[in-house]
Order: sequence, then structure tokens, then C-alpha cells
Amino acid sequence: MSFKLFTLLVQASVWTIGISAISIAIGFLIAIGLSAALLSGRRAYRRPAEFFISFFRGVPLLVQLLLIYNLLPFIGLNVPSIVAAIIGMSLCTAAYQAENLRGGFESVPKGLVEAADMVGFSPRQVFVRIKVPIAMRLTFPALVNEAIMILKSSSLVSVVGIVEITRMAQDLASSTYMPIEIFSAAALIYLVICWSVALAGRYGERALPGAVK
Amino acid sequence: MTLPAISVSKLVKRFGTTTVLQDIDLEIPEGKVSCLIGPSGSGKSTLLRCLAFLEEASEGMITVNGEALGFFENAKGVRERLPAGQIRSVRAQIGMVFQQFNLWPHMTALGNVSEALKTVHKVAKTEAEDRAMIQLRKVGLENRAGHYPSQLSGGQQQRVAIARALALSPKIMLFDEPTSALDPELTGEVLNVMRDLAVEGMTMVVVSHEIGFAATVGQQISFLDQGRLLFTGAPSDVFAKPRHPRLEQFLDTYLDRGASMLA
Ligand SMILES: Nc1ncnc2c1ncn2[C@@H]1O[C@H](COP(=O)(O)OP(=O)(O)O)[C@@H](O)[C@H]1O
Ligand SMILES: [Mg+2]
Repeated sequence: MSFKLFTLLVQASVWTIGISAISIAIGFLIAIGLSAALLSGRRAYRRPAEFFISFFRGVPLLVQLLLIYNLLPFIGLNVPSIVAAIIGMSLCTAAYQAENLRGGFESVPKGLVEAADMVGFSPRQVFVRIKVPIAMRLTFPALVNEAIMILKSSSLVSVVGIVEITRMAQDLASSTYMPIEIFSAAALIYLVICWSVALAGRYGERALPGAVK
Repeated sequence: MTLPAISVSKLVKRFGTTTVLQDIDLEIPEGKVSCLIGPSGSGKSTLLRCLAFLEEASEGMITVNGEALGFFENAKGVRERLPAGQIRSVRAQIGMVFQQFNLWPHMTALGNVSEALKTVHKVAKTEAEDRAMIQLRKVGLENRAGHYPSQLSGGQQQRVAIARALALSPKIMLFDEPTSALDPELTGEVLNVMRDLAVEGMTMVVVSHEIGFAATVGQQISFLDQGRLLFTGAPSDVFAKPRHPRLEQFLDTYLDRGASMLA
């Protein structure tokens, strides 16, 4: 396999990494809201969040992507396919991250919240200054895991026409008739990316403020 | 006759159908150290938590410096809940120190002590940290300001927790077994900080199994047994004879824990 082919795959990995990173970040913000709704005493908040999560966890990502890709123009939103891909991936990862965060919020020791109550924090201040940072620490390993899952699942956005690693590999394989070399190279690139994320995660965990070293 | 710092009348606390506190009447004098002693499970923590409104009493009234805490009795004698803002303002007079320290693990010692000044009282960062530093100095931990709780010993963590409460200038400090999660050799540093506070005239309510501390620093001792206050009086009365049989039995169990000088 030529160096040039390998370079094309590496270039395509920018899309893989970019879409995954953006989706994880957007998904995280949505997940904070969803998990707050899940933990809310009010049914009117909890039920829609539960429905959202069971939908996005119960339907294959591939189907979600195709649905969103076709639905957006149907409701008059002609957005580039990259936007459809990011929306689909963000919503999907939000559902998984919300479940993680819910567990994290539930594991915040009650005493830490009581200590904040005693010094006069409002419920919102308790949430922002105490619950969110502590729940994030508790769920950080799960978040890294989810990032790796999303990186791998991003291969599915090739169905909406985005030329990321997998799609590039398919194109190259059919034009060069070297599928084994090319898919091996693609596998290697995925592996390096995922290892890097896992490694960065382990460093990040130790670098969190107040982490036990 | 000055107003008591805290006054509790006819307080009852139930968890579901179990009654944990029964007919508690208690006055906490201002500027003194009141100790709450009693066997494990007798309701000491629950009573202290009611004083901090971390638990809501099922019946009865608590007033803090004359202001109703959490509930008040209206003209018809019916108990009504006060709004959250009112609860927060009465609670602002109270500092609480927990058995498990409950320091926020993602903040340094300085962060823990200055956080409420910044977040709740909107004090500028530098001033909040200056004021926090004064409290850390007071508990002997100015050189640990940048340490996270995970980098501090239990005794140091508890002293930071005391500084955190003091930073808001409470009028009353509540302590729930502040030394019982500590290794024996670390209890002294925490008790010394509490002694200093007592000397300064802080109103304190201390739940403790440190009978030695209760006997030497305490000015009012209350004995709780199975959810009832069996005795409230001066330390000399508690350790004098004849004693209430339950108190006698309790003291016999705990006296070997460092209070043998009183025997
Ligand atoms: N949140 C709760 N729910 C139910 N029962 C409780 C709760 N907290 C305390 N209790 C019960 O109340 C009693 C008194 O507990 P506590 O106040 O912790 O005693 P102490 O501090 O004197 O050891 C115990 O029997 C305990 O099991
Ligand atoms: Mg207790």
C-alpha cells in the first residue's frame, strides 16, 4: 500500500475525530439537562426525558442517522449532511451520557450537599458548584468509554455521504483492489485514535482537581 | 436573663412510624458550650440535625435567637411551614461540623473555606480568600491552603471544615461527633480548636463521646436516651452522685475513654 493511500486515510480521520468530538461535547450538554430532568421530582420533566432516552437507546444509530438525514429536508431544513450526522450522533450519545450522569448525580454523597445547604447555597448553586463537578468526576471513566464508543460508531455516518475513515477506506478499496491492506490500515488508525483517547482519559482522571493520586 | 441562643419546645421527630425524638424541651444558653451525650442510636444526631433544619421536626418548635426555625405557630396555634428564604436566613446564624467532615473534594482547603463567601455572599475573590486565610490560620492550617481534602489527614480535614463554617461568622456552632471518624492521635488537634472557640465565647452545641471534653469544656450537659432527654444540667451535676440509673450505666461504659480523672 502506498504512502499516498495511507495519507488519504489519515486525512479522512480528521472527519472521524471532528464529528465525534463535537457530538460528544454537544451530547454532554444535552445529557446534563436530561439527567437533571430524570432526577427531577416532576413527572412533566421526567417522562419526556425517559422517552427520549429509551428511543435513542432502542433504535440503531444507523437508522437514527438515516431518519434524521431524510427528516430534516422533509420539514424544510436543508442542512448539509455533516449537520445531520452531528445531530444524530449528539442525540444518541446524549441518551447514553444522561444515564451515566444520572448515576453520577445519585452517587454524590448526601453530606456534601448538606454542607452546601448549611452555608447558604441555593438549590441551583448546589447543582452548579457541587453536584455537577462531583458527578463529572464520578462519571469521567464512563465518559471516556462513551467517547471511544462514539469514535467507533462514527463509521456509520458514511451512510449520509460523509467521507470519514471507513467511507474513504471503502472507496479506496474498490478503486485499488487492495481491500485487505486498506482495511488493515483503517483498523490501525482507529486503534491509534482510541488508544490515545483511553490514555488521555487516564491522565485526565488523575489531573482532575482533588483527585486521589 | 438573656434570651437562649436556641430554644426547643415539645419537639417530636418521627421517621415513618418510628418515633426517634420524644417531647424534647431544651434551651441552649448563649456563649456557652452545651454537650449532648447519650448511647449510640439515642437520637443525638437527629436532634442536632433538627437544630440545623437538616431534618424537619414532626412536632414542636425551635427558635434561634428568638426567630422561628422552619415552622411557626400561627394565631390559632396551628403549625405552619416558613418560606425557604426565611429558613435560609435563620440558618445563616448556624455553622455545622459533621462527623465525616463533608469537605468538597474538588476544591482546595482555601476553596472550601472561601466558596460560600464568593458564591453566596458575592464577596470578591481576593477578599474572600483573605478572609478564608484568616480562618485557616486560626485552625493552624495556613500552610495547607492549597491542598485538596485528599491530601490532608482526617484531623486537618475536620479543622478545614470548622474554618469553613467559621468563615461565615455564625453565632452558633453545631458539632456532630467531630472526632469520632478520626484516629485517636488526631482527635487532640480538633478538640483544641474547639476549646479555643469556647474560650472566645462561641455558642456551641457538641454531640460527642469525648466525655473528657464534655466534662472539662462543657458548661451544660444533656443526656439523651432512647429519644428522650433524661437530664440537663451542669457538668458537676452529671458526674456527681446520685445519678440517674441510665446515665450511671452510660458513664460506666464511656468513662474509660479518657475521663478517668473525673472518677
Ligand atoms: N433518615 C432516617 N430514617 C430512619 N431512621 C433514622 C434516620 N436517621 C436516624 N434514624 C434512626 O433514629 C435513631 C436515632 O439515630 P441518631 O440520631 O443517628 O442517633 P445517635 O446520633 O444518637 O447515634 C436510630 O434508631 C436511627 O436508626
Ligand atoms: Mg450520631
